[in-house]
Amino acid sequence: MVNPSNKRKFKILVVGTGLAGASAAASFGELGYEVEAFTFHDSPRRAHSIAAQGGINAAKNYQGDGDSVHRLFYDTVKGGDFRAREANVHRLAEVSVKIIDQMVAQGVPFAREYGGLLANRSFGGAQVSRTFYARGQTGQQLLIGAYQQLARQIGLGNVKLWNRIELVDVVTVDDKCAGIVTRDLMNGEVQSHAGHAVVLATGGYGNAFYLSTNAMACNVTAAWRAHRRGAAFANPSYTQIHPTCIPQADDFQSKLTLMSESLRNDGRIWVPKDADETRPVAQIPEDERDYYLERIYPSFGNLAPRDVSSRAAKRAVDAGQGVGPLKNGVYLDFAESINRLGLDTIVERYSNLFEMYERITGEDPRESPMRIYPASHYTMGGLWVDYELQTTIPGLFCIGEANFSDHGANRLGASALMQGLSDGYFVLPYTIAPYLSDLLNKPIPETTHEAFVTAEKEARDRFQGYLDIGGTKGPDHFHRELGRIIWDYCGMDRSQIGLEKALAEIPALHAEFKKDLRVTGSGSSLNQTLEKAARVDDFFELGILMCQDALTREESCGGHFRSEHQTDDGEALRNDDDFAHVTAWEWSGNPSEPIEHREKLEYEVVHFATRSYK
Amino acid sequence: MSNLSNINLKIWRQDGPDSQGRFETHQIPEISDEASFLEMLDILNERLIEEGKEAVVFDHDCREGICGTCSLMIDGQAHGPQRGTATCQLHMRQFDSGAEIVIEPWRASAFPIIKDLMVDRSPFDRIVEAGGYITAPTGGAPDANLIPIPKPVADASMDAAACIGCGACVAACPNGAASLFTGAKISHLNLLPQGQAERYKRTEAMVEEMDSHFGSCTNHGECEAACPKEISIDNIATMNADYARSKFKNRKALSR
Repeated sequence: MVNPSNKRKFKILVVGTGLAGASAAASFGELGYEVEAFTFHDSPRRAHSIAAQGGINAAKNYQGDGDSVHRLFYDTVKGGDFRAREANVHRLAEVSVKIIDQMVAQGVPFAREYGGLLANRSFGGAQVSRTFYARGQTGQQLLIGAYQQLARQIGLGNVKLWNRIELVDVVTVDDKCAGIVTRDLMNGEVQSHAGHAVVLATGGYGNAFYLSTNAMACNVTAAWRAHRRGAAFANPSYTQIHPTCIPQADDFQSKLTLMSESLRNDGRIWVPKDADETRPVAQIPEDERDYYLERIYPSFGNLAPRDVSSRAAKRAVDAGQGVGPLKNGVYLDFAESINRLGLDTIVERYSNLFEMYERITGEDPRESPMRIYPASHYTMGGLWVDYELQTTIPGLFCIGEANFSDHGANRLGASALMQGLSDGYFVLPYTIAPYLSDLLNKPIPETTHEAFVTAEKEARDRFQGYLDIGGTKGPDHFHRELGRIIWDYCGMDRSQIGLEKALAEIPALHAEFKKDLRVTGSGSSLNQTLEKAARVDDFFELGILMCQDALTREESCGGHFRSEHQTDDGEALRNDDDFAHVTAWEWSGNPSEPIEHREKLEYEVVHFATRSYK
Repeated sequence: MSNLSNINLKIWRQDGPDSQGRFETHQIPEISDEASFLEMLDILNERLIEEGKEAVVFDHDCREGICGTCSLMIDGQAHGPQRGTATCQLHMRQFDSGAEIVIEPWRASAFPIIKDLMVDRSPFDRIVEAGGYITAPTGGAPDANLIPIPKPVADASMDAAACIGCGACVAACPNGAASLFTGAKISHLNLLPQGQAERYKRTEAMVEEMDSHFGSCTNHGECEAACPKEISIDNIATMNADYARSKFKNRKALSR
């Protein structure tokens, strides 16, 4: 513990201001720490947490349907295919109830019943209704809630905000984290910041796939730079492919748009039984439609977990039953719910999603079914952290999607918001204290320390290096090519042959990037091309580690599906004897030769079982 | 799915806040109508880089119409011609072949240009920091269902809270006023039971912070028409009413 009057003696640097970062920075500020928060956006409110649509889980049991902390804990471990750390998940489930209280007190306008109490909906992978929501904009409302708390602390002078500034390196002195090096996006100025502790809340790396539902600026740089300085990177191959996204329309598409999984509450997923079906959708009779999720997984039906639903969609499309102009989607059909509940009810539940769909595709989901297909959405892997959310570098903490801790090999819907807020509001503000208390009244390295000076010079040289290559192709070109390799070989279906191919192709493409990249403009004024080049550079090295991890994990679990390891009917085949562990990779200096460490997963309460949603 | 041809772009370029700006013309010979407006700019930028020229700077991020990062005056309209749609959700099917499209940054003195099409909207953050929150430090909240909120109230609060903070309201306003943004934030919190304790203090602080950056509202209603979330100008009335009340309520509270 740190005594309240001593808290102001500690400076904490929080990088990233999404749900996890904003809530942590605000809570540190309230507690009395000296806090500096960094965002590369113009405002903390832009972070990609804002795009989460469906909801946030909490074991409130407000519906009286038998929910409990234990059930949420168990569902989360099971949903993660028994690859998450039991203790962390239990803490998450315990804290979940406090998150809802906290967010309501802050003024988040959650959906309500007519009696004034909070409404819930159900979500994939659970048989209770425990998801709280604010229309289809839950992430937005929660982020604005956390942003307001942060804004209050900024206004009070407890938190200093640095906006449009990006982390470019993490600095360690005597094997402890001493601070960070940043680059001001407005003028390219590279600067050091020293602190007692650094918190990375910098989100996931789903944009490694190029096309994903992540925002355009989402990147792995902060986590990757920390990794290169000694923080272990855990389970990079655990990536989540979300089953309900709008299918790609053409080659130059810049990102994919998610349609909330909550739509599966009222939508039925199907494809025509006949691969050569050409009739308009309304004319396809009921008995010639394959409601494949309801058929294969009768007990969970359209609410089967994300990994299971995604693979089923891929199988249908691979079998030629895909729908739409490019035959690259499946139907999500609301006709039956509209008949049962009335159009008004359905539109009230999903109006913003229906409108968004119509704007993007030009089709009205009230009249014809949506077309959906899986896309990269969330990354369960991330920096390895212990129970106190500290990485392998003492003094460097990691929260939210950026760490690996709570979701195992697959995250259940509506659990990302829960984890981000749990880490930021209720876990880290307490677990950071033991580390800090040892540093009381001891001097910490200043930014004039040699380690900072060297890191600054390296960063300046690196950015100048991108400008000096003078090749022929912009960073987007390389990102697109890299994403294609990772999606093809390390996407929904992975095999030894494919992964080995990717491990040969990525370094070759990276070498070409270093020779043929062209960045125009200068390093001393705002330059989005230069920012992008640095981020793509880090995605290359991460991509290699993702494939390496996928190759090493000789089993199928959650979002990681190895085609060599499947049952006769195509379900994932886990290997608990050899792979019930976290793989934490250490940087060796050579991206192709990472050092493997294993943390065995010990389960005291949970019993291994084959996940069955049938 | 079809293609558009010969789109002519007139784009505002400006090297920095204090530099002289200029229009640059660029041609897009062919583009699919499935492409989004920003994807068209991506394609242009990739071409510019390959030609050794500097890419056009513009703000964007989620491309789902929710983060509020994107901006752009398109043919003089904030977020372009489609109602209730942010620039990132605007698709080329809204335009015709041969069209000339004029692209400018937000125009408002409170939002100085950073470079090309990117502006600085940080006065919005200053308004929220002044009072756009409910003081509820982490840890002390009562059970969420202890505060029942009638559904119509929660819905009205949510309607206001849907604001994405993009700044289109300011850009569209002939006075460069931020009343819709501020009004929406005030309504969101002032409608809720949790927001009552600080209601008038909040309103006074936020309105006065707003007035120190932005122009005054003269009820043109351009803000509502430009808002990608179609936030109602009723929120401005709520703000004005609460601001007027704050002038005596706050004084009374102080005198106690």
